[in-house]
Amino acid sequence: MLRVCLKGANSAARKCLCGNGVPLHPLQQCRSYTSGGSGSSAGKIVAASVLTVGGGVGGTILYANWDPKFRANVEKSIPYSDQVFGLALGPAAPPPVINKPRKVEPVQISSMSEMWKDSKQPKAKEVEKKAEQPDAEGPPAPAPQETLEEASAQVAQILSAIGEVPSVPAPGTHEAEAVPPPAALKGVPAAAAKCTECEHEPAVKERPEGEVAARLAEQDKAEQDLLTSLSSNLEDALGSTAKVTLQAIGAQEAALQAIAQHTRQLREAMEAEAPPDKKSTQWRVLEDALSERSRSVDEAGAAVLKAKAELDKLRGVIDGAKHLKIAAARPSILAAEENLHSMVVDLDSVVTRVQTAQSEAKIVSQYSELVNEAKAQFQKELNSITPEIQANWKGLRKLTQDDLNSLIAHAHRRIDQMNRELAEQRVREQIHIDSALEQQKLEDKKALEVAVSTALEHNREQMRLEQEKKVEETREVMEAEMRTQLRRQAAAHTDHLRDVLKVQEQELRSEAEEILNSSLMEKETEYRRLTQDQLDSFTLDMNAAYARLKGMEEAIDSHVIAEEEARKAHQLWLSVEALNYTLKTAALNDPTEPLEGAVQAIKESCAEDEFAQALATALPSESLSRGVYSEASLRARFYAIRQLARRVALIDETRNSLYQYFLSYLQAMLLFEKAQEAPPAKLSAEDLDTFKLLSYAAYSLEHGDLELAAKLVNQLKGESRRVAQDWLKEARLTLETKQVVSLLSAYANAVGLGTTMAP
Amino acid sequence: MANEHGQKWDRCLADSAVKIATGLGVGIVFSVLFFKRRTWPVAFGSGVGLGMGYSNCQQDFKSPYQLHGHRVKVSKSHTS
Repeated sequence: MLRVCLKGANSAARKCLCGNGVPLHPLQQCRSYTSGGSGSSAGKIVAASVLTVGGGVGGTILYANWDPKFRANVEKSIPYSDQVFGLALGPAAPPPVINKPRKVEPVQISSMSEMWKDSKQPKAKEVEKKAEQPDAEGPPAPAPQETLEEASAQVAQILSAIGEVPSVPAPGTHEAEAVPPPAALKGVPAAAAKCTECEHEPAVKERPEGEVAARLAEQDKAEQDLLTSLSSNLEDALGSTAKVTLQAIGAQEAALQAIAQHTRQLREAMEAEAPPDKKSTQWRVLEDALSERSRSVDEAGAAVLKAKAELDKLRGVIDGAKHLKIAAARPSILAAEENLHSMVVDLDSVVTRVQTAQSEAKIVSQYSELVNEAKAQFQKELNSITPEIQANWKGLRKLTQDDLNSLIAHAHRRIDQMNRELAEQRVREQIHIDSALEQQKLEDKKALEVAVSTALEHNREQMRLEQEKKVEETREVMEAEMRTQLRRQAAAHTDHLRDVLKVQEQELRSEAEEILNSSLMEKETEYRRLTQDQLDSFTLDMNAAYARLKGMEEAIDSHVIAEEEARKAHQLWLSVEALNYTLKTAALNDPTEPLEGAVQAIKESCAEDEFAQALATALPSESLSRGVYSEASLRARFYAIRQLARRVALIDETRNSLYQYFLSYLQAMLLFEKAQEAPPAKLSAEDLDTFKLLSYAAYSLEHGDLELAAKLVNQLKGESRRVAQDWLKEARLTLETKQVVSLLSAYANAVGLGTTMAP
Repeated sequence: MANEHGQKWDRCLADSAVKIATGLGVGIVFSVLFFKRRTWPVAFGSGVGLGMGYSNCQQDFKSPYQLHGHRVKVSKSHTS
């Protein structure tokens, strides 16, 4: 601003050099400036102005560098300053972006995920427990009962699984959470898979409880039937096997007995030296016993085979029963297995006993054979020596001494031989005993191995049976527990169903009531509307008829009024025409006649018409008393006014000395403007020059536009305005009067037109 | 109003003529009587007359634009 002031002072100083009539302080400045040397002072002035401008610009740039708001202000106010600043300082820094909402978002998400994690853990546990249970049950039975609860739990699971996802991109703060979510997530897919199944099931069908019960009953019945059949099968098998086994055991016992008897008898026969006839009976008895023994052994063998077959069959039946996997049959299966095992054990023991007895009998028979052989040998020798005596031993007295001697010598020889054989036999006996011991050891070992293996087998079987029994027991316990849990769940489910049904019932009831009420109201409103419509139509008709009647009356009345109006309008029009005529009586340079008379006539003719009254009173009093000038006279006068206004163009409030008058006259003489120039639609500042205005006004006057000419003349300033004041006043009067008269005539015409009626 | 300008000029010129003539006369008289027939009183007198006429003329032309100030005294005991 200081610069502007200085510049203004400089220009004023320059202007002052040619003027001296201005009584303000620039005069003194101008005097001091003109007193010094003009050339050096001009150079000094130029240098000083350049310095100030440069300093101002530099200071602005520096301050803008420090204060960005100031820079923005300057850039806004001065057009190309932003480019200058860009060149000097570089681009302005953008305003700081608000980052807070973004920072808030991750925190919110983490809090949400935490919330969901907390709510999810118990649900995960629930779901896992529930996931276990369906596995333990048979497939169709529990699923329908659990569908609702499971579905809701699964849906919550899925939602929480979805909510877990945003927490993944923020690993730093959510390490602790990362561990349970994967575990839960693992449970979730399984649960989700189950959920899809469960969702499919409700989507497919929700079995009604009756059907479920029926199915359960059916299944139970089937199970029961199966169980009964199985148990009957088992019992039959068991019974038959037991019978057969008992038979086998009995047969084995009988065989044992027979063998024992036979061996005993054989031994007796060997040891006892009975007379021949008893011997033969003895031999017969022995033969019977032998045959008995062989028969019983055969029988026992057959019975054992049968028993083994039955045992195998029983085992097959038990395996089949095991394959059926019916829980209730387990104990009976176990019992059957135990029985089987015991029967097998008994059978084996009996068989071993029989086998030992048989080996003993073999020894005894071998011994008996040997004895028989020896006896036969002895008999043969005796026969060879004493052939006669062989018939009977009763003729023993008849024997001669020779015979007796030879017999005794034979006997001695035989005794020696026997002794030798005995010694030999003793020696061989040792060897035989050793070999027999060895054989016995081997056999013992084999028997031991066999016995051990059978004992192991039996033990193993025993343990397996015990294990099975234990497993069975625990299974029973667990089944009982599961049953109670299921019962509890079923109870909860029924409660829940009851509540849901109650709520649904209420909702449905309220809905139905609402619907009923709404339809009732609709019907009522419909009825009311119809009646109202009827009433309305009737009223309308009545009103229409009444209105028509009224209209007709009014038409007739208005006709009368209209005629009256027409007469009045005619009068008005006539008076307005009179006024118009008065206006035309203006002679050149003389005003018209005073309009008072005509206006009076108008006022009389339209005494009730407010508009016309107002207009009539709006006429300026001058026109009434003195009259107005015509346009032509005003036009003529204008040229004189123009000349005068041109001459005093420079004179205004500040410049009105005689010297200014002289200058103004000089200007008027020297300045040439167009005589008439078309005025533009909008006057700009440079159009407000006196000469231009006058030429515009002349043009408008020549083209008949007194109004525009008056407006333009009104823009004159200073002395020119003062000299044109008279003319302006007259022009205004004329214009006003003309306007009012034209309004009146238009009004009269309109009224006349309005009141014209077709015949 | 248009005539006013012309009227002013008429008055002005008439008045200036009279004043110049009067000044001239008075100057001649003074020159003859008191200043031994020097020319400077004549010039001085006519100059005075011209100046007075010029001043009157200017005053006449300036008269519409002259503002007359009035000092208005405000009484202190004025209740509003």
